Amino acid sequence: MIKKVVLSFPVDATDRSLTYDLVKIYDIRINILKAEIEAGKSGKLLVELDADEAALADGLSYLESNGVTVSLLASKISYDKERCINCGNCASACFAKALTIGEPDWELHFNPEKCIVCKLCLKSCPLKLFRIEFADNIE
Amino acid sequence: MAKSYSEINDKIKSGKAVVLTAEEVSELSRSLSPKEIAQKVDVVTTGTFGAMCSSGAFINFGHASPPIRMEKIELNGIRVSGGLAAVDTYIGATDCNPERPAYGGAHLIEDLVNGKKITLEAWGKGTDCYPRKHIRTTIALDSVNEAILYNPRNAYQNYNVATNSTDRIKHTYMGTLLPRFRNAAYSTAGELSPLINDPECRTIGLGTRIFLCGTEGYVTWNGTQFHSTKEVNAFGIPTGNARTIAVIGDLKKMSPDFLRAAYYEKYGISLFVGIGIPIPILDEEMARRVSIRNEQIETTIIDYGAGNRVLGKTNYAALRSGEIVLNGQKIRTAPVASLVKAREIADRLKEWIARGQFLLSEPVRPMPVGTSLRSLEDDNTPETCSHS
Repeated sequence: MIKKVVLSFPVDATDRSLTYDLVKIYDIRINILKAEIEAGKSGKLLVELDADEAALADGLSYLESNGVTVSLLASKISYDKERCINCGNCASACFAKALTIGEPDWELHFNPEKCIVCKLCLKSCPLKLFRIEFADNIE
Repeated sequence: MAKSYSEINDKIKSGKAVVLTAEEVSELSRSLSPKEIAQKVDVVTTGTFGAMCSSGAFINFGHASPPIRMEKIELNGIRVSGGLAAVDTYIGATDCNPERPAYGGAHLIEDLVNGKKITLEAWGKGTDCYPRKHIRTTIALDSVNEAILYNPRNAYQNYNVATNSTDRIKHTYMGTLLPRFRNAAYSTAGELSPLINDPECRTIGLGTRIFLCGTEGYVTWNGTQFHSTKEVNAFGIPTGNARTIAVIGDLKKMSPDFLRAAYYEKYGISLFVGIGIPIPILDEEMARRVSIRNEQIETTIIDYGAGNRVLGKTNYAALRSGEIVLNGQKIRTAPVASLVKAREIADRLKEWIARGQFLLSEPVRPMPVGTSLRSLEDDNTPETCSHS
C-alpha cells in the first residue's frame, strides 16, 4: 500500500538516519516529495511510503518511538473556487491527475488523495488562485 | 428559402426568433439536414473565453487645473502609453514593470472594471498651453471620461495544440508544457468557437454587433495577423491559426465575470476576454456551417519545445476526450481556455436575442480575402535563410 504522510522530526532526531532505517529494516520504498530539514533543528518531510501494510505500521511505530510525529497528509493544496474560471491550465500541468477537467461539466475537480504537492499548479494558474498550506497540516 | 437580416431582426423584435447555441445546433445536425435547420433556426450563438494578449483599453482621464500634457504616465506604477494626446492613454494588456512582472496592464483593466481606485502619476515637460509638469492623483472607472476596450487581435479562428518534446518544462502562453510529451494544451472552444461557425466570415465583418465581456461590442476590422488562406480540411475549416477580429466595447459596462487578468509564469501578462458572436442563419449554407461538430474540426499539433515543429493533426473530439495519440504515443490533453465560460457566454447571448434585447447587424464591409502572414526579416539574416 502507498501512504502519504508528513514526518515531523524533533531537534534531537534530525541528526539520526531514521529514514534510512525505514528502507533498510522495514523495506519501505520512500519517495520524498518535500523536505524542510536541517541537522540540529526540527524538520519536516513530506513522503510517500510504499510497503505492505504490516511493514508500514511497524516502520511508522519505529519512527514514533524515536520522537517523530507522523501525520497523514490531508489536502495540502487549496484554491479559490469562487474566483476560478475553469480554464484548465492547472489540470494541464497536473501530471498526478489530482486536478482534472473534462466531461460532462468541464469544471475543475480536485482529488487531494492524488496530489503529490509538486506545486506546478501554483505556477500554472494564470489567476494565481492556488495556495499551499504545509505547516497547518502537521499536528 | 433565404432570410434577410431585417427579417431575422423582425422575428427577434416580436420575440419569435428561434435561437440555439452552436453546441445545440451541432447536436441537432445529427438528426436534421442543413435545409431543415435553416427552416427552423434563425440565429446561432457562439462563445469563447480565452487569454488574448492583443487586448487593451483607451482611457481619457479628463483635464486637471492647471492642465498637463502627459508624456510619461504610470498607473499603479505600471508604465502605460504616453503617446496619445494630453490626457489619454492606451493600457496594453501586457504592459508591466519588469521588476514586478505578475501585475500589469490586464490587471489594471480588471481593477478598473471591479471599481477599484488606481494611482495615476504623470509627467510632462510643461508647455505654454499645458504648464503643469507633474501630477499624482487617483482615478477610477467612474471618474474618467471614457474607458474603451479595444483589442486589435482576438477570437482566433482555431489555434494550434501545444506540446513539448524536450527534457525540460516549458512555460508558455499555452500554459506549462511538461517534458517529453507528458501533456498537450489546446485553447479553442471547438464547435462553440465564433469564427469556426462562419469560417469564411460571410456574416462577420466590420460593424458586427457581438457580446464583449458582458456587454455589447462591435467588430471594428479584421484582426491583426488575419490569415485567410490557411489550409482548410474537408469541412472547410482552417487547420490552425487563421482569421482574427478586432473588437471594441465600453469598458464601463463590462463585467469582471467575462474579463480577467492572467499571468503566465516566465511568460508574462495576458487578458481573458469573453466574446460571443451571433450567426444569422440566412440560408441552407449558413445552416451547414453552424452544424460543424468537434470531430470535424481539425487543428495542428506543434512542438513548442523544439522550434514550433509541426508534429501532426488532431480534432477537437479527440482533444476533449483527454487523450490524443501522436506517432503511437498517448498524450494527455487539457484545455487552457474555459469551456464553462464559453458556454455561459453563448447562453447569455441566446437569452438577450430571445428576449428581443439584442439585434443582429449586417456587416458594412466584409473581411478581406487572399491574405497571408509576413515574417519579420532580420537585417543580419542571410537571404538564404527562410522562416516558416
